[in-house]
Amino acid sequence: MRQLFAIAAAAGFIAASAQAGPGPDEDQLEIDGLKIVTEVKAPDDHPLDVIYSGWRFRTDETQSLQMDDFENPAMVAVEYGIELWDTPAGTSNKSCADCHGDVEDMAGLKAITPKWDEAAGAPLTLEDLVNRSIKEHQGGEGWKWESAEMLAMTALIGMQSRGMPVNVQSDGPMADWVEKGKDLYYTRVGQLDMSCANCHEDNNGQYIRADHLSQGNTNGFPTYRFKWQGLGSLHRRFSGCMKNIRAQPFKRGSDEFTALEIYLATRGAGLGVESPSVRN
Amino acid sequence: MPRKICAAAIVTAIGLTGEAWAGTISPDSVEFEDGAIAASLTGVAGNAETGRKVFANRKQGNCLACHQNEDLRAEPFHGEVGPMMDGVADRWTEAELRGIVVNSKMTFDGTIMPSFYRTTNGARPLEKFEGKTILTAEQVEDVVAYLLTLKD
Repeated sequence: MRQLFAIAAAAGFIAASAQAGPGPDEDQLEIDGLKIVTEVKAPDDHPLDVIYSGWRFRTDETQSLQMDDFENPAMVAVEYGIELWDTPAGTSNKSCADCHGDVEDMAGLKAITPKWDEAAGAPLTLEDLVNRSIKEHQGGEGWKWESAEMLAMTALIGMQSRGMPVNVQSDGPMADWVEKGKDLYYTRVGQLDMSCANCHEDNNGQYIRADHLSQGNTNGFPTYRFKWQGLGSLHRRFSGCMKNIRAQPFKRGSDEFTALEIYLATRGAGLGVESPSVRN
Repeated sequence: MPRKICAAAIVTAIGLTGEAWAGTISPDSVEFEDGAIAASLTGVAGNAETGRKVFANRKQGNCLACHQNEDLRAEPFHGEVGPMMDGVADRWTEAELRGIVVNSKMTFDGTIMPSFYRTTNGARPLEKFEGKTILTAEQVEDVVAYLLTLKD
């Protein structure tokens, strides 16, 4: 039996070395003269050597769509976001612009969300922050997580941080959330019995059927996906991943997905914000 | 296949679970020896031609998602996550292949490969898959029969 295993192991090794996937490519992301970091040397305690944006795993055709805002199909939503920003709404009949001024002042926010909120005693995602502002400042009802309005607004606000390094707080009260997200990342779920790590840590760069596995970094969300024929949230992507492995997804906006979002942001710290990115 | 072992396994299976399907070993009654399963789960040999389809079918084995396989070159998109299937029958015995398809974790500790004939898998299974195996016993045997045709 031992002999058999040795032979098998040798065969496995040969197969493994012969099948090394193409990995990330060498392309560099630049949009209208703005260089965006898609590659960061990982800190020593990181499970990966180099952190890559998902952009580096996409085809040249997909990449090029994100390199030109006139080609980026997510820009339709950004336009809608600008309209929403300037439109009075709610019982206050105020627009976002009435209080916040130019949306450009939101620069930096996407890079640091989810962000600890003392009053809530919890971290708030960008979606949470938008809805809090609508409810508390505007006197409105808030938007559904995956609504066209929420996607448009998070794309617009996210875009103001384009190129800024992802820098979500991981210490203090956020430490427990990072830990919770990490637990989820390494927990096998679903009938197919896989964890996030099985694909995105152990096998990124390889193809799984037609999908080129990325490291699962979050710096491009909300993202325009060809598969969705539209813009979608990070939590929608989580949900799709879980269904693929035949697991019951957590709800969008749940503590579980927020914790996972926080953990992934800390794993991908230093990558440039690409919102709204283009993926397949 | 040694018929005696096969018969013993079936008797054990029926004994443990009261399984009415005479001849089919239930997922809970599968017996491994060093990761291998000697007896056919159905008591009979599988159909290699059907197994070839199960191997490629995205809603069945979807083995091609992770394993390249020259025999199915006509099918697009071969995955790279697992080892190549060419010559797999030269590297593993029938019993070992059956064990790997049923529950690869018994052979490769911590592998990404799903267990195709096991009812207790990862947490939070989607309701429609809860308590169900990915493949039926027949499909497992069909895949094993197909894999046994992949020789260098």
